[in-house]
Amino acid sequence: MSAQPLAPPGAARPRAAWHAATVTDVRRETPTAVRLTLDVPTWPGSEAGAHLDVRLTAPDGYQATRSYSIASATPGGVVVLAVDEVPDGEVSPFLTRELRSGDQLEVHGPLGAFFVWRPGQDDRPVQLVAGGSGVVPLYAMAAAHGATGDGTFFRLLYSVRRPEDAFFSDELAALTGPSFELDVVYTRAAPEGWAGPVGRLDKGALAAATIPASHRPRLYVCGSTRFVETIATWLQELGHAAADIRTERFGGL
Amino acid sequence: MSFVTRGFSGRRRDDNPRLPPGQTLVNDWPVLSAGPTPRVGTAEWELTISDETGADHRWNWDQLLALGVEDVTVDIHCVTHWTRLDMAWRGVSLDRLFENVESGHDFVMAHSYGGYTTNLPLEDLLDGKAWIATEADGEPLDPEHGGPARLLVPHLYFWKSAKWIRGLTMMPDDEPGFWEQNGYHFYGDPWKEERYW
Ligand SMILES: Cc1cc2nc3c(=O)[nH]c(=O)nc-3n(C[C@H](O)[C@H](O)[C@H](O)COP(=O)(O)OP(=O)(O)OC[C@H]3O[C@@H](n4cnc5c(N)ncnc54)[C@H](O)[C@@H]3O)c2cc1C
Repeated sequence: MSAQPLAPPGAARPRAAWHAATVTDVRRETPTAVRLTLDVPTWPGSEAGAHLDVRLTAPDGYQATRSYSIASATPGGVVVLAVDEVPDGEVSPFLTRELRSGDQLEVHGPLGAFFVWRPGQDDRPVQLVAGGSGVVPLYAMAAAHGATGDGTFFRLLYSVRRPEDAFFSDELAALTGPSFELDVVYTRAAPEGWAGPVGRLDKGALAAATIPASHRPRLYVCGSTRFVETIATWLQELGHAAADIRTERFGGL
Repeated sequence: MSFVTRGFSGRRRDDNPRLPPGQTLVNDWPVLSAGPTPRVGTAEWELTISDETGADHRWNWDQLLALGVEDVTVDIHCVTHWTRLDMAWRGVSLDRLFENVESGHDFVMAHSYGGYTTNLPLEDLLDGKAWIATEADGEPLDPEHGGPARLLVPHLYFWKSAKWIRGLTMMPDDEPGFWEQNGYHFYGDPWKEERYW
């Protein structure tokens, strides 16, 4: 079986439930995305990599619900999300443009017990691969790894269009050290003074910037559906076992 | 609990009564998968139904199709909040596959290539309610969407329609599969919003 959960079912996983959240901070994350800080007094905490559902209700009762990964992996009642605007979308433009401090939202979670990293889960190194907003749950894993002082070796390969499109860039840079390595791929434009290549990731570049299969890393891949499909296929071609690759597909192309 | 969200009016409203609560209509086909996409050729593909006698009922690709392929037009509801209406499928009814299976057990574990499992009551698979689907939208089912063959149980959330189906095992009790162990509901009725437990 390649898809066994790492922890036995029923391990101390917080139950999913509806919660009322109050927005306490909205700030620009990238030119197209915002970072939302929510105060959720009843929040049970979540594992790094989990997501929640946000439900919006119009005055006539019409509702729209979408999933968002949780960037924070802290036990308390503070939940951080980062939302990228999908042009002509229904929910993401509302969250990125309309929402402000003091607003209330309904959230349901925490959700997802498979695409998670648990401190001390095992001693295998961890390779994270993110495209665009797909870094959100992987940032939560890297932050949890940093906060717990877990010694497992972590490496994140992050593909973004331009330097300004990177989510959590300061936080990620601050996490780098002997047990966390960060590699950024720029597909459209690189920062000034950048010596590396600019352009779409290919299999060779993926191989060069990730932990080799011989070290048997656990891999987490997150981004648009197309990005995840492509990366997961290349990783298998590079010798990683399908069972070692966990994926979260955000949608889109 | 439910309250109005300040400033939200909604732009993809659809009053279609065929849309279950919390669902949004889409025309594309999003993908929900926990890992890489397994690639299984029809030459190696095989489906097994295992009952409590230890007898295995087995079909290869040609034997499956020889049971009789039907056209099925159904609505699909994914737990990640999208719904597609009137989706055209082709597949073999599970009634044909269960014709010679004698079992006193009421539950089934569906097994997929790649190791995923999901649990279902047997009665939800019989009487014209479920298929082994081999085509969708007029094309052979592609691997991302569960090809070469997936279970199709349209009255339940779509994760129950196990992709890359390879086997059905009879069970005396309702045991959680992979998705259910990871938080998804044991049954998954979209009209009752049985998403998670
Ligand atoms: C488990 C999970 C976690 C997620 N976490 C995040 C997150 O942390 N941050 C984040 O910004 N988004 C995240 N998403 C995506 C999010 O749920 C929405 O799909 C996204 O915000 C678009 O919603 P919308 O209502 O604006 O667009 P919709 O009105 O639903 O869709 C408009 C169009 O855009 C397409 N589309 C939908 N999603 C995307 C996408 N991600 N990229 C490109 N096109 C798309 C649709 O196919 C549709 O044609 C996550 C999705 C999942 C399943």
